[in-house]
Amino acid sequence: MSREEEIRAEIFEHTLNGHAPEVKALTEEALTLHMDPMDILFKALIPSLEEVGRRFEKGDFFVPEMLIAARAMQGALVILRPLIAETGAKPVGRYVIGTVKGDIHDIGKNLCVIMLEGAGFEVFDLGVNTPPEKFVDAVKTHEPDIVGFSAFLTTTMPMFKANIEALQKAGLRDKVHIAVGGAPVTEEYAKHVGADSYAPDASMATRMAKHLVGDRSGQSQGAKALEQAVMKIDETLRKG
Amino acid sequence: MDTVLSSRSREVVVSIDRPFVIIGERINPTGRKVLAAEMKEGRMDRVRADAIAQVAAGAHMLDINAGIPMADEPALLVAAIRAVCEVTDAPVCIDSSIVEALEAGLSAYEGKALVNSVTAEEERMERILPLVKKHGAAVIGMANDETGISMVPEERLALARRIIQRAADHGIPQHDVIIDPIAMTVAADPLAGQITLATMKLIRDELGNNMTCGASNVSFGLPDRPTVNAAFLPVAMYAGLTCAITNPLIPEVRRGVLASDLLLGHDEYAMKWIRAHRAEQAEMSAKAGPAQ
Repeated sequence: MSREEEIRAEIFEHTLNGHAPEVKALTEEALTLHMDPMDILFKALIPSLEEVGRRFEKGDFFVPEMLIAARAMQGALVILRPLIAETGAKPVGRYVIGTVKGDIHDIGKNLCVIMLEGAGFEVFDLGVNTPPEKFVDAVKTHEPDIVGFSAFLTTTMPMFKANIEALQKAGLRDKVHIAVGGAPVTEEYAKHVGADSYAPDASMATRMAKHLVGDRSGQSQGAKALEQAVMKIDETLRKG
Repeated sequence: MDTVLSSRSREVVVSIDRPFVIIGERINPTGRKVLAAEMKEGRMDRVRADAIAQVAAGAHMLDINAGIPMADEPALLVAAIRAVCEVTDAPVCIDSSIVEALEAGLSAYEGKALVNSVTAEEERMERILPLVKKHGAAVIGMANDETGISMVPEERLALARRIIQRAADHGIPQHDVIIDPIAMTVAADPLAGQITLATMKLIRDELGNNMTCGASNVSFGLPDRPTVNAAFLPVAMYAGLTCAITNPLIPEVRRGVLASDLLLGHDEYAMKWIRAHRAEQAEMSAKAGPAQ
């Protein structure tokens, strides 16, 4: 096994276990060996976060383990992001997310942010207690593939509808996919308010988001970037 | 400071000088699909069964929540309260974030209920506190406001103080405000437990109000939640928690509370502890079948 292959395996393992200092050190080592930042991202970090998500979904991993894995990945991303930006590569997709107005619960929403970033999405996190206007502005400014609304209370769930109406008024409804989620939310309720999709947890939300941007390959910048990245990785592998 | 809650025929007193009060949390459709479906159709059999089981397991009061999406929450809450009052005399904690549902519930209830809950948000205080006053109820005051939940104990104390003051402005005595210092999961923030406990001590020493919390929150996202929940309650009781919305059907929780009452001097000659032990033994031998 070449050192490059070892590094990928080690980054995968250390990210999975949330060892931030090791992931950072390995990322730095990879760069001194002239490994492609996209290679590190798509061949080590993203697969590792995906594995974290799979284990979480199965109930083998718990919330703190997801949080420390995400922290470990963030440490590497801080180093890699500027380098990736220099190459002009686009993210897998863009995602605007926030907890709705009147609601200050953020654990579920934060898990979504972690998983989406882990999957290569560029995420714009609007935080908690987000009024409809703020969602509209963010959709206008960032032109995301998906906008996600999170609500934890039966009283704040009606904000989904208010948000969707605000997007409609702004003429943005058909320009973005609308996903909803949160403890009391059901598939039925998502349909009722006119959302495009519902996910019961962060892992599923991410899988659906990936599927969605993948489905529109050809049109989606994100899917193209992913293809380019894979091609680059193949190239690297052939050279190696 | 005593907070007295009542049903038509029974009184429960919450006080730092008395045994801990368990408010059973089970009658809540959030995350309980079957219960939600039945309640939505107006079938309250499971609500009744949950009420009976929780009281048998040691609940002194029962929290009742009817928060079901796309349903008539005020009507369902009233139906659930009536169902509970048919089968038990435990006072109730009326739990909704919809003011109309709280109002309907309070109007239907015969006794002094606990309202769950008001926050320090201006609009919530001005809508909910007059209702509490009108119906002579008590209220849980959650120490957060429009800006969210502070991770600084002194700030939560300040919000508790604001709620108590505003309640007084509406003619609600201090002893009828039970403060929720807010318990959050240690899975998302390792310091969450410590911050909650520090807030409890501050409120106990500075204000002296009774305190409750959603005690099962602390373990969200973790394995073996019963053990974490059962460990939280004794330390919280020592820090000033006098009642909690929790699940008495979990043996670890029930036993943890009883043992803590004993250790904190609220179980004279360990009579409650011994009685609970005998009851569990009798139940076990009943399950094992008749002796040979």
